[in-house]
Amino acid sequence: MVTALSRSSLWLVSLLIAVVACAAAVDTGFAIHMLIVALACIIGLIVTLRGVDLSKAILAPDQGRYDDDPIRWGVIATVFWGMAGFLAGLFIALQLALPVLNLGFEWTAFGRVRPLHTSAVIFAFGGNALIATSFYVVQRTCRARLAFPGLARFVFWGYQLFIVLAATGYLLGITQGKEYAEPEWYVDLWLTVVWVAYLAVFVGTLVKRKEPHIYVANWFYLSFIITVAMLHIVNNLNWPVSFVGSRSYPIFAGVQGALVQWWYGHNAVGFFLTAGFLAMMYYFVPKQAERPVFSYRLSIIHFWALIFLYIWAGPHHLHYTALPDWAQTLGMVFSVMLWMPSWGGMINGLMTLNGAWDKVRTDPIIRMMVMALAFYGMSTFEGPMMSIKSVNSLSHYTDWTIGHVHSGALGWNGMITFASIYYLVPRLWNQPRLYSLRMVNWHFWLATVGIVFYAASMWVAGITQGLMWREYGADGYLVNSFVETVAALKPMFFLRAFGGLLYLAGAVVMTVNVWRTILGHSRVEAPMRDAPYDPEKDRPVVAAAPAAA
Amino acid sequence: MTTIVEKHKKLERNVTFLGLAAFAAVTVGGIVEIAPLFWIDNTIEKVDGMRPYTPLEQAGRDIYVREGCYTCHSQMIRPFRDEVERYGHYSLAAESMYDHPFQWGSKRTGPDLARVGNRYSDEWHVQHLKDPRAVVPESIMPTYAHLAEHDLDMGDMTATLRTLYQIGVPYSQDDIAKANDDLKTQADPNADAADLQKRYPKAQARDFDGDPKRLTEMDALVAYLQMMGTLVDVNAPAAQEALAKEKGR
Repeated sequence: MVTALSRSSLWLVSLLIAVVACAAAVDTGFAIHMLIVALACIIGLIVTLRGVDLSKAILAPDQGRYDDDPIRWGVIATVFWGMAGFLAGLFIALQLALPVLNLGFEWTAFGRVRPLHTSAVIFAFGGNALIATSFYVVQRTCRARLAFPGLARFVFWGYQLFIVLAATGYLLGITQGKEYAEPEWYVDLWLTVVWVAYLAVFVGTLVKRKEPHIYVANWFYLSFIITVAMLHIVNNLNWPVSFVGSRSYPIFAGVQGALVQWWYGHNAVGFFLTAGFLAMMYYFVPKQAERPVFSYRLSIIHFWALIFLYIWAGPHHLHYTALPDWAQTLGMVFSVMLWMPSWGGMINGLMTLNGAWDKVRTDPIIRMMVMALAFYGMSTFEGPMMSIKSVNSLSHYTDWTIGHVHSGALGWNGMITFASIYYLVPRLWNQPRLYSLRMVNWHFWLATVGIVFYAASMWVAGITQGLMWREYGADGYLVNSFVETVAALKPMFFLRAFGGLLYLAGAVVMTVNVWRTILGHSRVEAPMRDAPYDPEKDRPVVAAAPAAA
Repeated sequence: MTTIVEKHKKLERNVTFLGLAAFAAVTVGGIVEIAPLFWIDNTIEKVDGMRPYTPLEQAGRDIYVREGCYTCHSQMIRPFRDEVERYGHYSLAAESMYDHPFQWGSKRTGPDLARVGNRYSDEWHVQHLKDPRAVVPESIMPTYAHLAEHDLDMGDMTATLRTLYQIGVPYSQDDIAKANDDLKTQADPNADAADLQKRYPKAQARDFDGDPKRLTEMDALVAYLQMMGTLVDVNAPAAQEALAKEKGR
């Protein structure tokens, strides 16, 4: 049994280590990070000493209910980090249109805020959504409480510490310089510890299950957790310059470094943003539509095909580089093949609505789910197309890639997460319904129109720039200097920022809606669906009275 | 089809089988694609001129990484007519063989920098980094005036070089021992750089930031920019022969 005393001493020891590391630090960034760790230890210590006895929830819980505390925290964290990430995105989008917004400080320049944006939306917003929904889904589909409840709480808070360390590190200039894998060695090690704990909780719950079969959503969650662990460890094999300093160097250099990085980078998309979110789709779409999953066979085939093929696709990020040609071609071929299992997922999701298509009209949450699947289908067609070498020769290095990523991220990941949050919030906080369904509708349209502005402006920007770079005049010389191709994109950068603003506005609407729902408020509003009724017309036809009688 | 469903029941009733099968499925692709790069000898053709970075260049590179320059600038010229005319000869695998981490980049919000060395003067770079729009009015690059204000302190360069040596960069023991002196020598117009240039051929030694009294972060970054792509003489007959052998492009 873990007593308050032993827990306090654990916090105290951690605090001591953090303080010593802070004092011995060879650079300011590392010192600040150790200070943050120390602060986290102090908070833990205070919580323990003030007698907030977690052991009751952890050691003697009500076995008749699911363990939903970490999920409630996770939903709030998802909304919070989503807002932070979208705001950072809007900020850097505006920086590209108005460079004065870099503000002249080293901490606010595009190069440092851009990793903050990508990590905040992928790992903070997406990661919290994945952890929270996986804990929710695995309990419901296994009919069992979470295994290791203490560890589940550690996963949540440990993951938040990872986010804070990563985010502050970027602004301080602490980075490995590898896209989507920027956190430095000690933050990577911490994430590894948290991730292994996550795997233990998830697998432990599967082992405890009361249902004979493991539900399809859990296959996706399991493969996501395992694969991300593998990718994270291999791609972050670094050697630190000092064990009390922030800087380290990756052991892979040049060509090998590039391929390992994009094997990681592409499968961060494939497993973090696809497999994990497909798991959400496989639970929440059937629940919200109140229909069973369309095809069990299709889910088997597309699951195995998807996870097997995705891993091969990384080299398409390195077309026409110094990577050997055979690897590029292999990457291209597998990327094109990947189109089919991706659409397998989309079809399985959309066809689940068979017999319930009317709900697209009447239920804005279903509408969000359908839009998410539509964007998933669109971006998983666009991706294979862009991985074809001749297309890639035009699209690579341009904003087309940025547009592609965002149609997937805003359309698929964002929409399916919002829909899942709207499903979860009333259930987790025991409310009869959401504060407002009409606000969900507003969110849907703000987000959808925002994505259209975003994706369309980036397609135009990307193709424009790609064509301008390779434009030759009749004299046989290049027509455009580089900076002319930058100037040409200015209007597109403004339109993109406007799209981002709409998307952010939608998220604000969601935040208010979630907040008011948690508080137990219900907005008085006309229902979304209503057969028209006019009492004036609800009368029998009376024959006109004769003129004289 | 029913047989697939029947057989799959074994997997979906057993966490261990399901986890192991999923892990097996996701390892194949990585092994087939990545492992050969470490032993197939045509991955990197050896070319004359490649050497590890000098301490000052490496410090500049660390600043390049720190500021996230890779989010907007690539260091990988593709073998297309327009890119070769705009940026210079396409990039060779060997040219990034000592790059920990590689900085090929994925986006050109600004131009490629793989061969930017010696294309502009030091004064241009300093001016441009302090206020990009002073020299390129349409530029959307952030200002980096703070680089000229900060004294260069990227930690103990001996420790940095030793770390890089441990992960495979061929620094000599001499290079490692003299790292902190080399750092100062390369940016000091009054110092004798002969020994440095013997150990690091083609190293450019001078004051880079226009302030010879101080060694700033600007010195290091400009030193790095000015050496990019200058080590390999791609037009030399020997290099051309090596290029002809580099497979795949």
